Amino acid sequence: MGLRDWLGLRHELPHRRRLVLTILSFALPLALWSIVSYVPWIWHPLIRVTDPGSVDYFMTGMEVDRTVFARELADAKKDNHAPPQGYRVNPIYFQPPHAVARAFYTAFVTPPRLPTEPWLHESLGHSIRTIFWGFVISSVFGVPLGILCGTYRFFARLQEPFIEFFRYLPAPAFGALCVAILGIEDAPKIAIIFIGTFFQQVLVIANTVRKVDPALIEAAQTLGARGHRLLTRVVIPAAITDIYTDMRILLGWAWTYLIVAEVVGTMSGITYFINQQARYRHFDNVYAAIAMIGIIGLTCDMLFAWLGTVLFPWKRRARKSARAAKPKAAAGAPESAAETESSREATDSSSMPAARLVGETPDSITSEA
Amino acid sequence: MSFAPLKLPDYHEQSPEVAARFRRIRERPVVLRVRDLYKMFGTNGTAHVAFEKMSLDVHRREFICIIGPSGCGKSTFIRIVAGLEDATGGEILIDGHPVSGPGPDRGMVFQGYTLFPWRTVKYNVMFGLEMRGKDSSTADAEARQWLDMVGLGKFEHAYPHELSGGMKQRVAIARALANEPRILLMDEPFGALDALTRCKMQSYLLQIWKKVEVTVLFITHDLDEACYLADRIVVMGANPGRVLEVIENPIPRPRRADQLLSPEFLALKHRLDELIHGPADAEEEKLPVIKLTEAGDEVE
Repeated sequence: MGLRDWLGLRHELPHRRRLVLTILSFALPLALWSIVSYVPWIWHPLIRVTDPGSVDYFMTGMEVDRTVFARELADAKKDNHAPPQGYRVNPIYFQPPHAVARAFYTAFVTPPRLPTEPWLHESLGHSIRTIFWGFVISSVFGVPLGILCGTYRFFARLQEPFIEFFRYLPAPAFGALCVAILGIEDAPKIAIIFIGTFFQQVLVIANTVRKVDPALIEAAQTLGARGHRLLTRVVIPAAITDIYTDMRILLGWAWTYLIVAEVVGTMSGITYFINQQARYRHFDNVYAAIAMIGIIGLTCDMLFAWLGTVLFPWKRRARKSARAAKPKAAAGAPESAAETESSREATDSSSMPAARLVGETPDSITSEA
Repeated sequence: MSFAPLKLPDYHEQSPEVAARFRRIRERPVVLRVRDLYKMFGTNGTAHVAFEKMSLDVHRREFICIIGPSGCGKSTFIRIVAGLEDATGGEILIDGHPVSGPGPDRGMVFQGYTLFPWRTVKYNVMFGLEMRGKDSSTADAEARQWLDMVGLGKFEHAYPHELSGGMKQRVAIARALANEPRILLMDEPFGALDALTRCKMQSYLLQIWKKVEVTVLFITHDLDEACYLADRIVVMGANPGRVLEVIENPIPRPRRADQLLSPEFLALKHRLDELIHGPADAEEEKLPVIKLTEAGDEVE
């Protein structure tokens, strides 16, 4: 098994190797993290004092810089005083994997310090609620407008120049304005997610709709479709799967705006939790909360990907009922396509009289026509 | 060994049966009448002629092939007939009534299959019927009928991406025919298929044409295809696009693939070749000669 098997240009890898690489893509960063966390001589820039010895300003449990500790140790030895003792540690903001793993559990079951503070799951719930409303309100206006802009030059000319300008205005810049208009609770946060999402959404979806194959529209016209039915029966169905993919990407962006939005007005949601925990120096919880956002995002996306295959059955490549699907059977692999076609019909022709009439049997070329 | 050219008959010679058939065709009513149609591209004085004034009468159940080199405007012509592009001048009459814009009376089959990927085969065929406001059970029954006609009844629930190129094009033909068009326009429909599938599709098409009795206007750049399928062949030339000759195909029907070697066929093909490529290729002489260095050769 040479290197060439793994690194062939555009060369598809077998299933097992793909799996190995997928696991490695997570395992390698984790390994790096573990090495820095657990192997003392890699980084560990501080010394935690276990015995101050003769150094008067050292205290047990104190963390001091390695150079400072070495100097005090040398001084103590020189003067024949009791030497300080300690061991190397990483700074508190750099937490080892096991602490973060534990925090995934403890962060959920540890009650908040103050009765007015939310639990972690409440913070997460709050964030998800904010993002949901921001994204839904944006989509309710953005998707139809995007489709109109992509279909009709009129709307594109009327809307897009302004939107192009507006999307360069950073959403967080509207924070103060949103608070002034909408108060300090959730409304300004939802508004910022809306501003961050909406303008991109219109442009991205308009572009997607513009990419609909014009030949499909022409075919529909020669079949008698006209007016709004061209839009509802051809353009929208033709673009819908790509719009769906756009929405998945846009939802990812909305998560980015969430963190900015949540510091507007009264800080809330997962951002509030992260800030509070950092203030208490519970950095394991901070890491856990950040990772949680990633996990929620990835889970949502996988869920939507799966939902996509349910909603859009024509995008499924291999169907149980059909033969092993050839993605571009027509132009790409004419030989095999023709072969499967005729073999398929050979098996079908017994039960299908119509197929015999125009059947692709080898002698049909010489039959009367 | 010397090359003795075959002695080919005159392509104008028609057997009595063929001559009688053309008389019968001429007596049938005209379905598509094109009068002085021409098309110019470009504005601000720098007009480029797509094709010069062109007139054509297509009779009911006639099979017309338009053949020509690329750039002769044949595709533009059929797209104008379909209503997908506007002509610069002239008129198009279907059954004597002028038409503008696309409509279901002129069904079209495109080179790129243009099936709707989100609809199963049956729903693709039903599309035109739905657009004409047929209720779903009627449309359903009719769609099945048309699928059986093209031999794809078993595939009604398949999606287009699950079909081969030839099958897709049969669905596209069924979809166009389901609208019962006055004329079926086909723009190089088999151009994307491999040679073997194309052969099969041509004989399919003749069988369907015979059963459905539809009028066909067929664009191609394949000489064999035109000779095999057409009643009349409209030969177009490029720069500017124009009709060079309209040829009545002397090959009798029903057509068989082995007629592709008959003297009439070769005579016809020879004439088409002459019209399209010119009598002799003098240009070839002018091309520079570049020799490849072979192993062992001394490079100077």
